Amino acid sequence: MSRISVDQVKHVAHLARLAVTEEEAEKFKRQLDQIITFAEQLNELDTENVEPTSHVLDIRNVMREDAAKPGLPNEEVLKNAPDHQDGQIKVPSIME
Amino acid sequence: MSLFDHKVSELHELLHKKEITVSDLVETSYKRIKEVDGEVQAFLTLDEERARAKAKELDEKNSDDKGLLYGMPIGIKDNIVTKNLTTTCASRILENFDPIYDATVMGKLHQAETITIGKLNMDEFAMGSSNENSAYKNTKNPWDLNTVPGGSSGGSAAAVAAGEVLFSLGSDTGGSIRQPAAFCGVVGMKPTYGLVSRFGLVAFASSLDQIGPVTRTVEDNAYLLKAIAGHDQMDSTSANVNIPDYLNALSGDVKGLKIAVPKEYLGEGVSEESKQSVLDALKVLESLGATWEEVSLPHSKYALATYYLLSSSEASANLSRFDGVRYGYRTPDAQNLIEMYKQTRAEGFGEEVKRRIMLGTFALSSGYYDAYYKKAQKVRTLIKKDFDDVLEKYDVIVGPTTPTPAFKIGENIDDPMTMYMNDILTIPVNLAGVPAISVPCGFAGGLPLGLQIIGKHFDESSVYRVAHAYEQATSFHKQKPVL
Repeated sequence: MSRISVDQVKHVAHLARLAVTEEEAEKFKRQLDQIITFAEQLNELDTENVEPTSHVLDIRNVMREDAAKPGLPNEEVLKNAPDHQDGQIKVPSIME
Repeated sequence: MSLFDHKVSELHELLHKKEITVSDLVETSYKRIKEVDGEVQAFLTLDEERARAKAKELDEKNSDDKGLLYGMPIGIKDNIVTKNLTTTCASRILENFDPIYDATVMGKLHQAETITIGKLNMDEFAMGSSNENSAYKNTKNPWDLNTVPGGSSGGSAAAVAAGEVLFSLGSDTGGSIRQPAAFCGVVGMKPTYGLVSRFGLVAFASSLDQIGPVTRTVEDNAYLLKAIAGHDQMDSTSANVNIPDYLNALSGDVKGLKIAVPKEYLGEGVSEESKQSVLDALKVLESLGATWEEVSLPHSKYALATYYLLSSSEASANLSRFDGVRYGYRTPDAQNLIEMYKQTRAEGFGEEVKRRIMLGTFALSSGYYDAYYKKAQKVRTLIKKDFDDVLEKYDVIVGPTTPTPAFKIGENIDDPMTMYMNDILTIPVNLAGVPAISVPCGFAGGLPLGLQIIGKHFDESSVYRVAHAYEQATSFHKQKPVL
């Protein structure tokens, strides 16, 4: 039985902001199904009383003085921007 | 005989006696690149003009105050940002990206006075085990141009093996330094998570990524790690620990040292040649006075699934920054913002990167988070505990770096699961956050094999001690590919 449908693949692609063709959606369905099936071997393990590990260091929040520092020069910030105008980064329209 | 057959310490001696100049070292690099990189294809970008100017500057500098790696030519993996030197992560989406700052490791290298020769090919965004996922070129294994160099730091390992640079930096999320080092017959170290700053390393999986050195010898590896390790305010997961002088560990003395050999690392899926090379290496270490015993890391078989869920989840979040707004590629004719995001990412990312973004987004999505992401985080705790338990009783863990030697180009590219199996012996180390090195330990069918030595958190010294003693007692590292 397939663990993921083409519709789910398209939904996930939308969440990930990736345009997919019908052909790609089919391919991802097949491959993700294979990987997810493989991943389900983790269910063999009882992890009821196990704490999750997000990273291995014993550090939580790292604080420093909130000192004001100059930001980057405008021209540096815009140097790699695909489109800009009047010192601002420009994007296609947000609303119809 | 190339100048790069010498170690850092020997080159410094030659420079001191004025038998060679820094410019000679830089020219050795570019000459070799011109000779062999047409075939090996390790480099994406060269920085010739600045490298030559820097060499001249160092040669003219009349001061005894010299950096730790004064004048040494280095190659940098292309996911480490270099100010005013194109950084692509081997992706179309960063084709013309010209960073406005240097990664912390680059600052440290400038301080150590290395010379950056250029940027090295890799699997796109460090996702892959063969360099076949680069958007630009297929790096070849210098030992056999029909086989892969490994990945994702394939360019970093191939360039060192081919004598194009003295050494290089790579990054390792699930084996991306150690596996290519094993495949190319060089020395590759993944340091303890938090030892080397990740500031300016383009993030793949932030809880696993580490930058580390790729070198010809263990001694040079210790030199290069010494130069780049240390606390950094710009990386909140950078550890504030004392950095010992790793060179002090290179005594050749392993008497009384206790080695653990996990039975899972010599079990199913590991080739006979790989197993035999490790058993032979254990005999060498025994003859030097170390002892070894078989142990178990019982959750090893779950590491691969855990890794793909966690690393892909983190990647899906990290790679959301590539949206065609502030930097990188943007699709030319999108009508609105959402369409621009989707088309830009569809056109800018390669297939493996998309597959992992999809897997990660799925594992983090509402309704699946607990079943996949959180479950994997819990299993990670069990895997880490396996290592903690064993390393409480033993100084190091030893096993093969990879299940097999390098495979043919094209052999695994259409089968993600088989490709992922390549990393079963390196992935658990990243999940546990411990340091591990790969050193050359033999050949199978003319292709190098790697011995993996794993240590306790922040005990790189013991790893180097064992690696160095083994290297000095063997001659595999002295063999070089014929190009």
